[in-house]
Amino acid sequence: MEAVVSDAPETLMALTLTVNGDRVRVAVSPTRTLLELLRYDLGLTGTKQGCDKGDCGACTVLLDGRPVNACITLALSVEGARVDTVEGLADGPRLHPLQDAFVRLGAAQCGFCTSGVLLSAKALLAENPAPARLQIKQALSGNLCRCTGYTKILDAVEDAARALCSKGQQP
Amino acid sequence: MSESVIGRRLPNVEAVERVTGRARYTDDLSFPGMLHAKLVRSPHAHARIKNIDLSAALNITGVRAAITGADMPERYGIIPWTRDEQALTTDRARYVGEAVAAVAAVDEATAALAVGAVRVDYEPLPHVVDPKAALAPEAVKVNDCAKEGNVTKHVHLEFGDVEASLAASDVVVSGEYFFEGTTHAAIEPHCAIGQWDPRGLLTVMSATQVPHYLHRELARVLGLGADRVRVIQPPIGGAFGGKSEPFDLEFCVAKLSMITGRAVKLLYTREEVFYAHRGRHPMQMHYRLGAMRDGRLTGCDAKTLIDGGAYASFGLVTSYYSGQLVTAPLKLAAYRFDSTRVYTNKPACGPKRGHGSVQPRFAFEVTLDKLAQRLGLDPIALRRKNLLAAGERTVNELLIRSTGFAECLDRVEAASGWRQKFRQLPFGRGVGVAGSFYISGTNYPIYPNEMPQSGVQLKIDRSGRVTVFSGTSEIGQGSSSMLAYIVCEELGVELDSVRVVSGDTDLTPVDLGAYSSRITLMAGNACLMAARGLGKKIRGVVAKRWGVPARQVVLAAGQAMRRGDTAERISIAEAFQWAEAELGTLGGVGHYQTRKDGHGDYRGGTIGASPAYSFTAQVAEVSVDAETGALTVEKIWIAHDAGRALNPVLVEGQIEGSAYMGFGEAAMEAHLVHPSGLHKGPTLLDYRIPTTLDTPELAAMIVESHDPEGPYGAKEAGEGPLHPSIPAIANAIYDAVKVRVDSTPFSAAKILAALREPATRC
Repeated sequence: MEAVVSDAPETLMALTLTVNGDRVRVAVSPTRTLLELLRYDLGLTGTKQGCDKGDCGACTVLLDGRPVNACITLALSVEGARVDTVEGLADGPRLHPLQDAFVRLGAAQCGFCTSGVLLSAKALLAENPAPARLQIKQALSGNLCRCTGYTKILDAVEDAARALCSKGQQP
Repeated sequence: MSESVIGRRLPNVEAVERVTGRARYTDDLSFPGMLHAKLVRSPHAHARIKNIDLSAALNITGVRAAITGADMPERYGIIPWTRDEQALTTDRARYVGEAVAAVAAVDEATAALAVGAVRVDYEPLPHVVDPKAALAPEAVKVNDCAKEGNVTKHVHLEFGDVEASLAASDVVVSGEYFFEGTTHAAIEPHCAIGQWDPRGLLTVMSATQVPHYLHRELARVLGLGADRVRVIQPPIGGAFGGKSEPFDLEFCVAKLSMITGRAVKLLYTREEVFYAHRGRHPMQMHYRLGAMRDGRLTGCDAKTLIDGGAYASFGLVTSYYSGQLVTAPLKLAAYRFDSTRVYTNKPACGPKRGHGSVQPRFAFEVTLDKLAQRLGLDPIALRRKNLLAAGERTVNELLIRSTGFAECLDRVEAASGWRQKFRQLPFGRGVGVAGSFYISGTNYPIYPNEMPQSGVQLKIDRSGRVTVFSGTSEIGQGSSSMLAYIVCEELGVELDSVRVVSGDTDLTPVDLGAYSSRITLMAGNACLMAARGLGKKIRGVVAKRWGVPARQVVLAAGQAMRRGDTAERISIAEAFQWAEAELGTLGGVGHYQTRKDGHGDYRGGTIGASPAYSFTAQVAEVSVDAETGALTVEKIWIAHDAGRALNPVLVEGQIEGSAYMGFGEAAMEAHLVHPSGLHKGPTLLDYRIPTTLDTPELAAMIVESHDPEGPYGAKEAGEGPLHPSIPAIANAIYDAVKVRVDSTPFSAAKILAALREPATRC
């Protein structure tokens, strides 16, 4: 196997974005992915790498409120955008209702897919505060979980939707 | 009196860390100056390694070290009798993707560049990927550790006279089955970090479910004293048996760290996870099962060919389990099995959830379904006629101390509406049933020794806090929570006052690891012993101050109370302080050693022997599109006898996760290697696992038979419930469209072919 990687120095480019409400300005190479930016440059390791190919959804983050696979999103393509990760989900010291439901109902086992699942669920509830079970399944169909069989994840999202509705809160 | 902690729907003690992104998995850790390593992997299924030239790689700026197998040639293997692997193979590559060299560089990109610059001179050899072809006398020898040809292990055991028993039967059904290989596909790829300390100490952090075995093998292969080696298991992103033996990356980060003096991390790509594999063995199985007209089972004869891949892994055990673990929950009059595991030029197979017994369970339960049909009996009724009772032994002499299988059958029959559905649903829709049992740990450890299988130390603090030190591996199954609940129950502290330190060989007493569903029973008992010993001391001190008998003092809900007297109570912290003042610094130890009985006195009789067995019954309801063959599993009802559910939420989670994984193996999963030796699709797109939209509704029901060996009666829940999923779905397909598909997965193509072939309508 011949190497195809060039060892020529890469040009770094400036990037400004908002991560979990904080304005961030960094210099990144054009090949940097959003996942690498979050994990390696910003130390936000709550977002996980499961496949690095966009197949598993473990790296799901919200890009201007929309769930995306950070592993196949180039960092420079998110200039000026708002990125939300699992670290920004809680309201200060208080767990988000989704997190609270996942804890109470046993929806996280190993936890490796959980960050991505939570963000997909958050995006769903922002758009549809009272989703049917099938709609939850559709919204989470890009997030592979190997532990739970999904049952308790679906239960927890339903529980969180009820909690948010009863509080009249925005997810 | 306050409510017991045992049996309550409490949270997992690790959950908050995991839902907030604060849990630091191995790849989330980094250290100053840390290097990144990568492996050079063979493009050949079988080739002699003539030479490896590292010089060009070492000349690249930023590359700090490069190694080959010659740097650590000592052979290792999880089973001490079959040490047939090297950290990096030195003589031959035995499958596409086998590691032959490793490099460490300042970053991943430079390491990737260095991988491309390593020159390996291979001499391709003939290869064999088909297990039958591997058995042929002229077949190329895959692994020199095979005793004969390519046979890793051959087991032949007979209990009673099978031929006579079958000859005297009213009905004998036989069948050929094939169970396709599948893999674990934990979402976290394997990752390890090595850290060499100039004092001569090595630390390896790894996504492993067996820190103790890794500790032993690291010391052996690297030539270090075991007292110089520390293994830390950070939070782990799923395992399912796929991280239950040492892997190349753990030895490589250790060696590269010893050479460079720097921390070295190696993270597998998803593709590499597929090469590491150790997944479920493909098995070709021939079964014959007899019965009398009234439904009493007679003899069973099983012959199994096991495709092992290039290395032994746990294969010795797999070979036994493939026969030993179908002998309950039903009574057999006579039984014989003949299992042969062979080496092939493919990634090695190993233990996946339900190790060794998921495949034969499929063959056995489908054969049983065919038998019920031939006898004109309801398959649940047929099972009820043949139940093993608590206190009885299986035909291969395993002692069943508790069984809730009859109740499991009752529960799935009622919940699924079986009586209104079986053989009554319209064409294209059907229900099927299957049952199984599984071990709660093994009576004997992997390497022979007389020491306990699990030890626990407790530290209690005058603040009212208790810390549990246990070598267990929390892999998402909730083992740390289980230990915490036991401490709460015995010492009366609140759940948030318990800390669990686990999976660190420097800090914790030995536990053998998260495999064979052993932790709840073994570490649970060790923790119970430690906590009860401490509880007795504390109650004694409090009783003395109050001037009452010790049995009147209750520790519960964060308090020490006098039984029947609500006025006399102190906080648990105060009770701990009284005890510390009276007795000095307080700590507790406990251990669990298995009983060495309950199995037969024959060669291999100990393999498959467990202190306690769990039982499961499932009913699956399916739809089959007769025009396309497409299978939809609508719902699965699972009743599992877990002895006692220490926390029903976690037990349900194990039942649901098991049934889901079994469903995946029935419906879609196939770990395939092309005849050339190339993996057919080492990605999560090609190796499909079920999404939310694929997965059927799962109805988990807990049955509690209170096993005398289990802590509070508890048995395993993490592997047993997987077994019946595959045969229950197969049997439901038959009920739906009257064809048998005796090979997994039950793809639309296979079902359609069966529908077009009248001969398969048995």
